[in-house]
Amino acid sequence: MKVESSKLKARSFGMILLLLTTFCILPPAFPAGERWSGVDESVIEKYAKEQGREAREPFINTDQGDLLLFVFLMAGAIGGFIAGYYWRKLTEKRVD
Amino acid sequence: MKNDSKFRVKSLAVIIFPVLLTAYCILFSASSAHAMHISEGILPLNWAALWSVIALPFVAYGLFRLKKVSSLALSIKPLVGLMAAVVFIISCMPVPVPTAGTCSHPCGTAISGILVGPSISVLVAAVALLIQALFLAHGGLSTWGANVISMGVMGSFAGFLTFKALRSMRVNMAVSGFMAGLLADWATYFTTSVELASGIRGDSPFLPLFWKILIAFVPAQLPLGIFEGAMTAGVVVLLYKKRPDLLVKMRVLKREEVI
Repeated sequence: MKVESSKLKARSFGMILLLLTTFCILPPAFPAGERWSGVDESVIEKYAKEQGREAREPFINTDQGDLLLFVFLMAGAIGGFIAGYYWRKLTEKRVD
Repeated sequence: MKNDSKFRVKSLAVIIFPVLLTAYCILFSASSAHAMHISEGILPLNWAALWSVIALPFVAYGLFRLKKVSSLALSIKPLVGLMAAVVFIISCMPVPVPTAGTCSHPCGTAISGILVGPSISVLVAAVALLIQALFLAHGGLSTWGANVISMGVMGSFAGFLTFKALRSMRVNMAVSGFMAGLLADWATYFTTSVELASGIRGDSPFLPLFWKILIAFVPAQLPLGIFEGAMTAGVVVLLYKKRPDLLVKMRVLKREEVI
């Protein structure tokens, strides 16, 4: 079992390494100027603009400077805490 | 015994792969956050209203199902809480796709569709989308209905039905979970293309614009669908190992499959 498991770990590691190398080598499908923009910009807003429609500012606009980073970090931290709390509740304490 | 060892080894592979891939994606994600749902104002008001009207009965039925199921089994509550947090985090996590040079996000609704059922999963997605639209500049209030239909309804039902169909053909749980995640992700972006093409086309014909948008999604969503499949398989297998009784209670598995 231990031998099988370590073989599998080595294979998984090799596969991941190969995958990451392929990802890094392959040329991106979008021009360099648009790299790492979300598909909302590169697809949704691009085609909407072509058809004469543009995105409006959100009702509560948190997309200003580092404010968006802050709200995303808070959302991730709170969401992560809730997920961890319920995971522990599910796996350690039987409710019924 | 031997089968048990094989299962353990396979499960390990299914879990390690997405965890490492996620770690890679987080480490190499140096860009600021971008929304991937349909943003505020993109859809004309009549289309936005139509999608909201279609979405509302699904959300209402999800609420009804949640009340009914939670009155029967107390252990559903922590599972729904876990799924709500998981769907919320996953669906606002920008994952860089190096082959496309762009960022997109998985949906997580295949996981919730399988584990808590598609109706409750729609409700979970609707709440996550509402919070994201209100505070994260992610999606929009007017486009909430369209995003609920694509991510919540299509994602949950595609994931749930794929998983059920494959399990009924006695396909391995990890493979069934993987296919459910993959198809749920692709179904979500297929539906987004339909919503977008029908809403923004004006006088142009629907089909050429629809294909153009769908093909534009492919470089990002093709690999991301595989990532979502691996993630779904990992979570389902992990929960099976930790709480198989819960999966029986939620009718994900039959009792004889656990023993």
